[in-house]
Amino acid sequence: MDTIEIIETSGDFAKQVEKLSHANLNRCWHCLACSGGCPFAEDMDFLPNVIIRMIQFGLKEKVLKSSTIWLCVGCNTCSMECPNAVDMAAIMDSLRQMAILEHYLIAEPGILSFHNSVINSIFRHGRTHKLEIMMKYKIAEKDLFSDFNLGLKMLAKKKLDLLPSKVKDKKGIKSLFNLSGGIS
Amino acid sequence: MTLKDLSYFPGCSLATTAKENNASLKSFLAHFDITVSEIDDWNCCGSSSTHSVNKKLALSLAARNLFLAPPDKPLLIACPGCYLRLSHAKMELNDSKEKAKEYEDHFKKPFHKDIQLLHFFELLVKMNGKGLLKGLGGRLKGLKIAPYYGCMLARPPKMNKQKNHYGLIEKTMAALGGDPVQWPFLSTCCGTFLSVSKPGISEKLVNRIMQGAIKSGAECIVTACAMCHLNLEIRCRPENRLPVFHFSEVLSLALEKNASKNWFKRHLINPEPLMEKRQLILCRAPIKGE
Repeated sequence: MDTIEIIETSGDFAKQVEKLSHANLNRCWHCLACSGGCPFAEDMDFLPNVIIRMIQFGLKEKVLKSSTIWLCVGCNTCSMECPNAVDMAAIMDSLRQMAILEHYLIAEPGILSFHNSVINSIFRHGRTHKLEIMMKYKIAEKDLFSDFNLGLKMLAKKKLDLLPSKVKDKKGIKSLFNLSGGIS
Repeated sequence: MTLKDLSYFPGCSLATTAKENNASLKSFLAHFDITVSEIDDWNCCGSSSTHSVNKKLALSLAARNLFLAPPDKPLLIACPGCYLRLSHAKMELNDSKEKAKEYEDHFKKPFHKDIQLLHFFELLVKMNGKGLLKGLGGRLKGLKIAPYYGCMLARPPKMNKQKNHYGLIEKTMAALGGDPVQWPFLSTCCGTFLSVSKPGISEKLVNRIMQGAIKSGAECIVTACAMCHLNLEIRCRPENRLPVFHFSEVLSLALEKNASKNWFKRHLINPEPLMEKRQLILCRAPIKGE
């Protein structure tokens, strides 16, 4: 594994993360159970437990610019493996939200763009409309053809509805967005 | 608790891409005279994307459904992802008086902290407890099944005191005459939304899972998650194709003339040759809209 040089540190980073995630970082033994169980670990730039260590060292910029925080899908497999009940998925949620709010460079902009397409769809219809999400995402990513055949097949099998399933009380949905800080 | 009259949260997947999951679930329950009534005007539970980038919005979206659901009936939640989001919101509102108050003020309604959220697995356990599933064995006749849970039974540490139902698909399938296989990938995540934004990663995981099922000698995979079902079907390479059934479809197939042929036409990996081979094609005529 690569050595990580500690050049600049942010002293209150660990506290910030603990406050947002309600997770106790000091309970981590670095036993690697989370990283061993994580189905996405091989594609991450830092293993999940390494992220915890980096937070403890105050390596805020490195952590918030990592791809790990975006590749985590919150499947909670790590939580099932962890002997000390460290809520890794909640830590990852908090790190993503910090990266967005504090305008760090997003290592996986495609993943954020997908999340925003989903949230936009919920904003518009109150429910997710998969065809619209896929189309908007593909247009935003300028990648119209990679799943073109798959899309046609799904349409033929009636897996993708042309029209969305909608909530009637649109105002009610909008008010939830107003209450919650809207779209990032 | 009465099981006959439940309120119901289908979720976006079951309302759209996985209509066959929705229909088969209802058809199976109707056989036991269990009626489910959809919460009026329910909205998306928030899904993975919302809690990934805006925790408050995730709580707000899930909370709206909790406030809409009739407090006096158990709420059956068909999708395991939605179940987790709604249970998490219920826990957050129960843990914080301020949060509960904020949403009570917003929705101008009281929050019913004891509202019962019912996972489909929990319902099945209760049905079995009442002896409803007795005497159904037979129709699946040795069908070799790889039970697949994906991440549906994993939950955050705060919720780890709640009941877990690992082994339920195996137990149920065996009781109905099926032959569940042992295999290593039963709780490996399918990649969920990375299937769209990082298809390479999803493809790698899905094909590992499918190959594992083939190597274990399974003839099909049975999953209780609509998202897993979709990902396994769309990211599977041709050489690793194996029919994937929704749990509810197989339950329905185990009953005499309960399943509709139309459900299986919506599958991207055609399960009909296997159904023919295993003489599971005694389906009823489709109902309008199926």
